Amino acid sequence: MPFVAEVGAATERSVAYVGGLAQLFGKSLWLLFMSPLKRGRILQRAVHEAMVAGVGALPIISLITFFVGVIIALQGAYELQRLGAMQLVASLVSISITRELGPLVTAIVVIGRSGSAFAAEIGTMRVTEELDALETMALDPVAFLVVPKFLAMAVMLPCLAIWADFMGVLGGCVFGIIGANFTFGSYLIATRDALLMRDVTTGVVKSLVFGLVITAVGCQEGFSTGIGAEGVGRSTTSAVVVSILLVILIDLVFTTLFYAARGVA
Amino acid sequence: MAAPDTLVPAISANDLRLRYGDREVLHGITFEVRHGETVVVIGGSGSGKSTLLRTLVGLEKPSSGEVRINGVDITKANTREMDAIRKKIGLAFQGGALIGSLSVGENIALPLVEHTDLEPTTIEVMVRIKLEQVGLSGFENYSPAELSGGMKKRAAFARALAMEPEILFFDEPSAGLDPITAAGIDDLILNLKKTYARSIVVVTHELASAFLIADRIILINRGNIVAMGSVQEIQNSQNPLVRQFLDRVADSDQDDQVDHMKMYTEGIE
Repeated sequence: MPFVAEVGAATERSVAYVGGLAQLFGKSLWLLFMSPLKRGRILQRAVHEAMVAGVGALPIISLITFFVGVIIALQGAYELQRLGAMQLVASLVSISITRELGPLVTAIVVIGRSGSAFAAEIGTMRVTEELDALETMALDPVAFLVVPKFLAMAVMLPCLAIWADFMGVLGGCVFGIIGANFTFGSYLIATRDALLMRDVTTGVVKSLVFGLVITAVGCQEGFSTGIGAEGVGRSTTSAVVVSILLVILIDLVFTTLFYAARGVA
Repeated sequence: MAAPDTLVPAISANDLRLRYGDREVLHGITFEVRHGETVVVIGGSGSGKSTLLRTLVGLEKPSSGEVRINGVDITKANTREMDAIRKKIGLAFQGGALIGSLSVGENIALPLVEHTDLEPTTIEVMVRIKLEQVGLSGFENYSPAELSGGMKKRAAFARALAMEPEILFFDEPSAGLDPITAAGIDDLILNLKKTYARSIVVVTHELASAFLIADRIILINRGNIVAMGSVQEIQNSQNPLVRQFLDRVADSDQDDQVDHMKMYTEGIE
């Protein structure tokens, strides 16, 4: 029996945790329109967050997705060569990058850079009473800190994912030119022929949801930080671990849905 | 700003109780702070005085009882009413609680930028005035991390003063400071008291400073008010708990806080 009780308790905790995330998102959405704080200032902070979390991540995301593009091309070519179908490298790379790896790699890099930073920032502010100070100045910490982060991430993650798609295709292209008798032009044409608009949009939709989840988890972990520097460290770690888990889970759900929809159509 | 109704006390707490889980930390606190009055709450570590302060400003929700600020019960106020009250109070935290990502000047400007429609240049001038008031002229571009403990406290004062609040709260304004800086902080509070006739609540365990700045003193022990009265009344009280606190007699289970107190207060009566 204790085992069953433990499973039950763990399930309850998980449901409560996800409920907390939804609540934070709902409150932020409400405050975005209803907060007495100045809209202009919220947008200003959102732009600042977007610069740090989005634009700041461009170089590393470019580099990683470029390499991932090359890797997919190499791995694919290994099998395709035996079938004498090297011309399919372009479509293999473009579909796996746009539908899956572009958004996913982007999300994981952003979790490492920003999800952890959100938890550390808010957690430190909790420990040093800065959150209390905001509250006594009639500045709701959710409206002041979380709303701009949601805004920034909701815009930046899809943008980063599209950029990641582009860099991944470019990586595949480098292999295509060197190892599969493509020219730059013919590789791009092959990519265009292989891709449907839906491949890109499903990736973009996924990354929008990833952005919201990463923000919600990072901020919620920050707010629930325990006492002291150790507490900040722990929230940062769990922000990263929980975000990765949730992003993969959501990816699974979305991919299943898209697969089912494809079967119908 | 309309003149506050002087018949309604600035703050009144009525049978205030607060519990964390099944441990009650405030056991029915009742007192008033009149307009223009400086009340100092003294008590040892863990006596509940900081918790009381947090409850008075609405950071902790009492499990029963009420807190009225200018007659409005903050335990029942909605967000909008609470925001209106919070714009009329200033709280200087023990560790400063300056926003680490902003400069000292931006910290002081923050409530003005967010809550008023003043021109940026006007705000800049106001920030300089507030910094001058607390003796930190020229520090507006420093980051809070670059300030010493005493300077952080003074910058926090400046931020608490930014909105010209009617009621000021100070949490341990001189704790952990050397005697000279601590005396400077006392002077600052005395100055605020003389020039602006604000209602001020100070929480401290520094006796010398309490006797210097208070109109009235409240002694708290283990979540109860032990004694309340003018400086004279407290000094002459025969209540054994008051005597113990004033004469600095160690409890058997007291930590080394008492030694620190001696070190900082000796010789500055």
